[in-house]
Parts: sequence; structure tokens; C-alpha cells
Amino acid sequence: MLTVNGEDYQPHPGETVLDLVAGRIGRTLEPDGRPADGGRLGVAVAIDRAVVPRSRWQATELAPGQTVDIVTAVQGG
Amino acid sequence: MTDSTPTDTLTIDDTLTIDGVALPSRLIMGTGHAASHEILAKAVEASGSGLATVAMRRLKPGEGDRLFPLLSRLGQRLLPNTAGCHTAADAVLTAELAREALGTDWVKLEVVVDDGTILPDPPELLDAAKTLVGKGFKVFAYTNDDPVLATRLESLGVVAVMPGGSPIGTGLGILNPHNIELIASRAQIPVVLDAGQGTASDACLAMELGCDAVLAASAINLAADPVAMATAFRLGVQAGLLARRAGRIPRRSLAVASSPSEGLVTAS
Repeated sequence: MLTVNGEDYQPHPGETVLDLVAGRIGRTLEPDGRPADGGRLGVAVAIDRAVVPRSRWQATELAPGQTVDIVTAVQGG
Repeated sequence: MTDSTPTDTLTIDDTLTIDGVALPSRLIMGTGHAASHEILAKAVEASGSGLATVAMRRLKPGEGDRLFPLLSRLGQRLLPNTAGCHTAADAVLTAELAREALGTDWVKLEVVVDDGTILPDPPELLDAAKTLVGKGFKVFAYTNDDPVLATRLESLGVVAVMPGGSPIGTGLGILNPHNIELIASRAQIPVVLDAGQGTASDACLAMELGCDAVLAASAINLAADPVAMATAFRLGVQAGLLARRAGRIPRRSLAVASSPSEGLVTAS
């Protein structure tokens, strides 16, 4: 079990950050983290309060006990 | 008639350069409190802004990252903020997430107290500014109307200081015009008036005091007609810049007649 955006989450075996993000935004992502639809992706991920660069999403498997935050731009300021 | 060329409000140089980037407008659009993305889009277009703030928050299920492409389509460069951060550490993490998500090293740094005023917390603000400048961020520092703090921030290497006219969301306008003018007169970097504006005359005054730009959010997005208010702010900023360049008359304590005293026909 781990925490994603403040809620408990049970990852699938071998699930990576790339898999998690793609599922949350409902878009297919290339291995380098770019959207397959050619658009831009305004999302960032931190694990245990450290940013995981997009280029490392595919290589980063989710692990029990982690705190994962997926953020995007919202209205503000 | 004189030989001098009159300044045309329509051809006034409205561009502002920050960090080597020429912005098309001196009005920066805050996106907070917009009733919908659709109304926000119309207000952004009416404002003439080329730079819009966003906040970084957890992705909500089913909502996706809609605002980012919307603002990009509108030609807006993004200025992510660290709103809601009470410590330097929180602000640095938020800035790093924004850089990763949005592909910009520009950040509006807000480190504020949690006591209902949302005023900047100076020690945490200075700490965060120093760290972020060291990490290569281009920091737009939200600060209060303190000329000393503004100078300290500039010496740390921020690219712009953003003093508040009054606390965020109050609509009280510019409570200390003297301090804002002092900050603008001393700064070698752009000064952007931020926070507290209630209507377009506040933006006009900010420019008359020597600010280089204005950031408005609540005053536009919470107005009864946000699109009309965005237009008013655009014109207010232009009027203030033009008036500043035109040079106002000095203030006097006694009246000076504007009609000649000579040649007046009197009854007695």
C-alpha cells in the first residue's frame, strides 16, 4: 500500500510512475513521458517530496510506503 | 501648434522585458477565482495579457491538465506561483514541481503567513528566494510594500519584485502609495504591483507611481463582468503608464487660477 495524492493506493505488480500518470490523466504516454497524442502534458510527480523527472517515470516502480503526489496547473494567483 | 510629435496612446510602447523576454502587455493576468475556464479565456483575451499565473495543486480524478493547454492556446506564457506555501521548503518543492510540469523556470514566489492576512513572511521569503535563485529559477518575488525588503530581494538576484498594494483579495487598493513609489524609484529590476486592487483606477495609480506592470486576479475574475473589467484594467495600465511619462503637475496647497486675471470686466 502507498499514498497517492493523499489517498491509499494499491499498485498493480510492476506498476511504474508512467503507468500511474497515464491512468490518472486518461492519455497514453510514450516511454519518455510525452503524450502519444502529440499534445503537451502539464503534470509533475514527486515521491516522498522529491521531484521525479519525466524521463525517469518509466524506470521508477511504485514501492510500498511511498507518498506520491501528482500535480498540475490550476487557476490561482 | 508645436513641432513636437504628440504621443499617440495607440502606439505607446507597451512592451515590458523581463529576463530577456518581451511581454506584449504590462498587465499580468491572475487566473484565480475565475468562474469557469470559458469566462477566464474571454477575460484573458480582453486583458491583452501575455503572462498568466497558475497554482500547482494535486491532480483531481477526471479533470486532467486542462488549464495548461488552454492558456497555451491563448498565447500566455505561464507564471506558476507557490501560493499557499508557509515555509521556504514548501515553496522550493512547489517551484520544482512547476518547472517539471510546465517547462518554465519562471516562478512567482509566495511564502506567506497563515494568520488570515496572507502577508509575506520575510525570513522564509528571503530564504526561499536565495535557494531558488541558486537553483536557476527566475524568481518573481511577491513581497509587501517594504522598500528595504524589496532591495534585499533584488540583491539576492530575483528578476522582479511584486509588492502588494494591500492584502490579497481585499480590494483595498494601494494603501501606501509612498512606499510603492519608493520601491519603484529604487529598483533596478521590474516592479509589478500585485494584490489588493479593487478596480482599474488602482492599476492606473500603480503605473503612475512608477511600477513597470500590474498583476490582477480577484479584481477582474470576481467582478460582476470580468471581461469588461479586464478591458478596464488594460486601459487603466495604459493610462497610468502614459500619465507617468507625461509628467504630472506638482501638488500645491493653494489654488492657481487657470484663466487669466487680466482683462476681466467687472460690475464695479
